[in-house]
Amino acid sequence: MEFSRRETLALGLGAAVMTVLPFRVNASAEDRIAEFTGGADLADTGVELTAPEIAENGNTVPISVSAPGATAIMVLATGNPTPGVATFNFGPLAASQAAATRIRLAGTQDVVAIAKLADGSFAKASAAVKVTIGGCGG
Amino acid sequence: MISRRDFLQVSMAASALVGASGFGTWGRLAAQQSLTQDQLLQFDTYGNISLIHITDIHAQLKPIYFREPSVNLGVGDNKGHVPHITGADFRKAYGIADGSPSAYALTHDDFSSLAQGYGRVGGLDRVSTVINSIRADRPDALLLDGGDTWHGSYTCHHTEGQDMVNVMNALKPDAMTFHWEFTLGSERVNEIVEGLPFAALGQNIFDSEWDEPAELFKPYKFFERGGAKVAVIGQAFPYMPIANPGWMFPEYSFGIRDEHMQQMVDEVRAAGADVVVLLSHNGFDVDKKMASVVSGIDVILSGHTHDALPEPVLVGQTHIIASGSNGKFVSRVDLDVRDGQMMGLRHKLIPIFSDVIAPDPVISKLIDAQRAPYAEQLAEVIGQTDSLLYRRGNFNGTWDDLICDALLSEREADIAMSPGVRWGPSLNPGDDITREDIWNVTSMSYGAAYRSEMTGEFIKVILEDVADNIFNPDPYYQQGGDMVRIGGMGYRIDITKPQGERISEMTLLKTGEKIDASKSYVVSGWASVNEGTEGPMIWDVVEDHIRKQGTVSAAPNTSVKVVGA
Repeated sequence: MEFSRRETLALGLGAAVMTVLPFRVNASAEDRIAEFTGGADLADTGVELTAPEIAENGNTVPISVSAPGATAIMVLATGNPTPGVATFNFGPLAASQAAATRIRLAGTQDVVAIAKLADGSFAKASAAVKVTIGGCGG
Repeated sequence: MISRRDFLQVSMAASALVGASGFGTWGRLAAQQSLTQDQLLQFDTYGNISLIHITDIHAQLKPIYFREPSVNLGVGDNKGHVPHITGADFRKAYGIADGSPSAYALTHDDFSSLAQGYGRVGGLDRVSTVINSIRADRPDALLLDGGDTWHGSYTCHHTEGQDMVNVMNALKPDAMTFHWEFTLGSERVNEIVEGLPFAALGQNIFDSEWDEPAELFKPYKFFERGGAKVAVIGQAFPYMPIANPGWMFPEYSFGIRDEHMQQMVDEVRAAGADVVVLLSHNGFDVDKKMASVVSGIDVILSGHTHDALPEPVLVGQTHIIASGSNGKFVSRVDLDVRDGQMMGLRHKLIPIFSDVIAPDPVISKLIDAQRAPYAEQLAEVIGQTDSLLYRRGNFNGTWDDLICDALLSEREADIAMSPGVRWGPSLNPGDDITREDIWNVTSMSYGAAYRSEMTGEFIKVILEDVADNIFNPDPYYQQGGDMVRIGGMGYRIDITKPQGERISEMTLLKTGEKIDASKSYVVSGWASVNEGTEGPMIWDVVEDHIRKQGTVSAAPNTSVKVVGA
């Protein structure tokens, strides 16, 4: 069978559609971060994000965040159509500034946690979570 | 501090074996004469603690042939490093002579020819002799089983693991961790584990509902040995619900969980551990990364990826030991632990040459008793092979080619898929193929051979997905195992590319046409992780195919073009 140029292009397109994984932080996620931080710089330390490297089930992925002294932690699934997951607010009487929840991920992507620290500065942590069809163990 | 001298005492298995040069046909007698049990077991007892490691037995109670891989590619930082070297490169790295016993045990070249001389390997009655010999030197040696024990044979399948449990219990292990065991289903696993006379460990075995450590599996156990406190921490296979059907054990969650591992190491150190041993089913590259991330582990006994290495690999202060698979090797690791730290280590990877090491008659009898009810079914000859049948290798093995051929013809499919598992013994040219042999390479609790339609686009997604599970440069994103085996279709893979860009030039072999992304193809495969998969069992499909062939021949398979290796 001979491929015409058009068919070859169509094949190439099919391949291109599949190469978008993993998702990058999209515009919507960036907007949410800017809104939360007011455009402030993000420190690399100060917030911890724990997530599995590979999701056992993309529909319910356990994650936890912790940022001692933080007043709020925002969690984003940057590759979801709606990246916002949750913002945890901690009052002055909160015993610890940590939270755990389960999130749904549309595909392999970065999960991001932004913490607003006690001094008003911001910190960011990111974790790549792979969502795979699996199979074939050793 | 560990002195240089202590490290030098790490001995190579090869040095204890009689070197033999030259290729050609070996008389078994010659091999037996040049190789003795005493030589295989020779070990100058060292320090105050002995560990015995065996892993990934895959229910191989009896001696078998097992060819090591010719292709085992590493990516990222692991490219070109052990265990990702094979054949002549491997022999050169360890100073192993061509044609020597170590060459036969550890590399693939001239396998069938050397097999004539050196014979079969493994057999748990031979393993028992080795364990007894080590215990004669050091009565309180710790026997640690790295898992993948209750899976992989006809008898194991039909007894739901009971044959292996009975024989292993007789060897008296001290602890075990897990992987394929869970494919027996959580109810059966719980039933067996509740009755185990030794520790069932896994710091990463969690309750899926509460994401808390599972009650039945302890993270670690302390042993008092040689005046020291030995902490053995368990690490089950991290990606069980992804690589295997999670619906069979929905109550459990796994994952790498290296933060929790660090907590456990800190906890056992605080409780007075003088030495910390990790009994792991992570796979070798994951263990290497874990050793660089988690501090305070002295020894990792590594399983899952079936690598057999004659020397430990040192990452920081952590020694990683890889002990092979299918009962072919046992590692002995002697430790000198004093004043709360490990001062030195001596190691030997002991190949279990079945014709050289005498079977322990007590265990032979026990093994025979497990097999007796099935003797007739096991021994039935289905056909013959005039080629070497093996599985190990990143892309295709002749056993898988045969299985894919069976799926293509018996299920009338365009394309066949066979899982890239690393278990399954080899057969040599001229061997009978018995029902037992077929089950040794196909047995599992989800063996239905499905037949369905898939678009070219979806087939590519599958290949890309599986490729990323092997060739992701970050080991924490690797699941172990090899590339899914494909029948009826060729492709090109560039292992250095990111997911989505590795696979190209997919071609339907029967017509030579390029695979069309939007067209549907009839695909038959087995070992689907999806619940409700329907079809005849793969071992029946393969048996029917071999019966029709009579004698099977493996033609050279050049359908996968590998780039970037």
